[in-house]
Amino acid sequence: MTQANDRAVDDKTYAELQQIAARYPEPRSGLLPMLHLVQSAHGRITPEGIEACADILGISAADVSGVATFYTMYKRRPVGDYHVGVCTNTLCAVMGGDAIFSRLKDHLDVGNDETTADGKVTLEHIECNAACDYAPVMTVNWEFMDNMTPEKATRLVDDLRSGAEVRSTRGPRIVTWRQAERVLAGFPDGLADEGPTAGPASLVGLGIARENDWKAPDSSPGLVTGAGAPSSTSESAEEKQ
Amino acid sequence: MTDTLTPVLTDNWDVERAWTLPSYESRGGYGALKKALGMAPDSIIEAVKESGLRGRGGAGFPTGMKWSFIPQDNPKPKYLVVNADESEPGTCKDIPLMMANPHVLVEGVIISSFAIRANKAFIYIRGEVLHVIRRVQAAVAEAYAAGHLGQDIHGSGYDLDVVVHAGAGAYICGEETALLEGLEGRRGQPRLRPPFPAVAGLYASPTVINNVESIASVPSIIEHGHRWFASMGTEKSKGFGIFSLSGHVANPGQFEAPLGITLRELIDLAGGIREGHQLKFWTPGGSSTPLLTDEHLDIPLDFEGVGGAGSMLGTRALQIFDETTCVVRAALRWTEFYKHESCGKCTPCREGTWWLVQVLAKLEQGVGSEEDLELLLDQCDNIAGRSFCALADGAVAPIQSSIKYFRDEYVAHLTNGGCPFDPAASTLFATSGALV
Repeated sequence: MTQANDRAVDDKTYAELQQIAARYPEPRSGLLPMLHLVQSAHGRITPEGIEACADILGISAADVSGVATFYTMYKRRPVGDYHVGVCTNTLCAVMGGDAIFSRLKDHLDVGNDETTADGKVTLEHIECNAACDYAPVMTVNWEFMDNMTPEKATRLVDDLRSGAEVRSTRGPRIVTWRQAERVLAGFPDGLADEGPTAGPASLVGLGIARENDWKAPDSSPGLVTGAGAPSSTSESAEEKQ
Repeated sequence: MTDTLTPVLTDNWDVERAWTLPSYESRGGYGALKKALGMAPDSIIEAVKESGLRGRGGAGFPTGMKWSFIPQDNPKPKYLVVNADESEPGTCKDIPLMMANPHVLVEGVIISSFAIRANKAFIYIRGEVLHVIRRVQAAVAEAYAAGHLGQDIHGSGYDLDVVVHAGAGAYICGEETALLEGLEGRRGQPRLRPPFPAVAGLYASPTVINNVESIASVPSIIEHGHRWFASMGTEKSKGFGIFSLSGHVANPGQFEAPLGITLRELIDLAGGIREGHQLKFWTPGGSSTPLLTDEHLDIPLDFEGVGGAGSMLGTRALQIFDETTCVVRAALRWTEFYKHESCGKCTPCREGTWWLVQVLAKLEQGVGSEEDLELLLDQCDNIAGRSFCALADGAVAPIQSSIKYFRDEYVAHLTNGGCPFDPAASTLFATSGALV
């Protein structure tokens, strides 16, 4: 049985898979991040990657496959340099996600979970990604692209395909899908300090509070040490003021 | 009288580089940790109990009581697991919180772990939020470097290690026992309870699983006292919470307010329903909480108030839909989501959600008869409450509630031979002409 060289697990990756397993009291807990690392190294979940995980964890390849097939972020087919997600859960769909997804399928000439012929872009409709106040929401390699329209979406994928610089609306310059998977495996890429503290929608309520000078109450001594407080906790509260 | 909005967890979101340790500490961050390390662990649990803090992940179980269920005479290691798998449709509070203010979560993890006597904690973050994972990874690394984590923290003799763990795409892993399966490197399928995680959780050891916002609220309770926390909110729903408005309002966003604020107040703060339109329906706490309508604008958004209106407070994920939105389309899309996310363990959910989609899709296309509505409701009755976890209960919520309030609209699909709505009218760019 021969293995293509680019798919064999190299020594560095194997050692890193072992490092992940060692973070946990029980090594098998490392399996999800280990599979992220396999995707980073191989561009998808490969049989060789599955074997390496099974070998390190002392479980069967079938066990590893069973896990890899359960979670939607693990891909059995090669993913492009840029995984482009379009949220089509109800709120984003209604706000324009359906129109965006339909436009991108036409524009890229691919179906759901398919990759463009140049290997650059994989398009997938995704479920709610916890950014509903920025609907309609897209992601590129799991970075947020907020408040999208069909026009912005086609420009985005054109830029990705041409190699133009693309930045997340709330994060750094977009890295490749394989680089992103490495971060998910628990190997930071040093980009945490890029991007803003919060996007505009996240700050709507805080801005109104500032304008009106609305605040949480002061922790005045009367409030925290009022009569009848349990001794153990009131004692600790008194230290404050 | 408490102010309308009470920024605590969101208070530094407008500060440059708020996610860094120097910024967080310059505003008093990690002061609560130093205080907590001087307290007896049991008095921390007592303070959290007294504060009235209830779980911010949707279920509303009292946090301090959950902690007190950990059997301290059990010789096995204790674990704290933070549920940062925010995936409930409409819910978008923990993600911006971890992006802007990851240290308040880390500080909360340390205090909470100290209270339940855990020496290992895990933050399970959904995998699809790369930059949030970066920020939490960096915050944990900074906390180690500053001596807030690791061995003998600030000379207290207390040791704690924290692992940031990325998930891989599975809504069900927001369910706490499915999350534990994922964290043990298995398929994310919920476990039968009892035993509850407090007794046999991660590695069959005593485990507390709390939502991000619950844990992030702990430092403020320790710093300001439980009475301060309980001075906000309502009788049985104490404290503050982040309310997330999305959809057809002028200015969607996050609003941190005492529990009990009303949707009318929140919509007003968000600049009203988008111009020229009216509120039609909304979810109080994600898609798994039954829909409400404009009849419910004045109910207090606390656990009791929303419960009394036949829904649930859930995650305070207020998805707002105006009259351009087809409720059948909305319900169908959510149902497709639940079908996709059913883990397949329990037959009523695995098969039932598939059948719900079949019947609902036909109705949405205007095919079938009014009897199919009864069939749909009958299916819901045979699905809800018949599985290990609450996913199936969530799946039937949009269907049952939309038929309750908008039966005529379902019938209109049948008489019209299809959906009577123009989907373009409900888009964000409907008025900007971008949909050409």
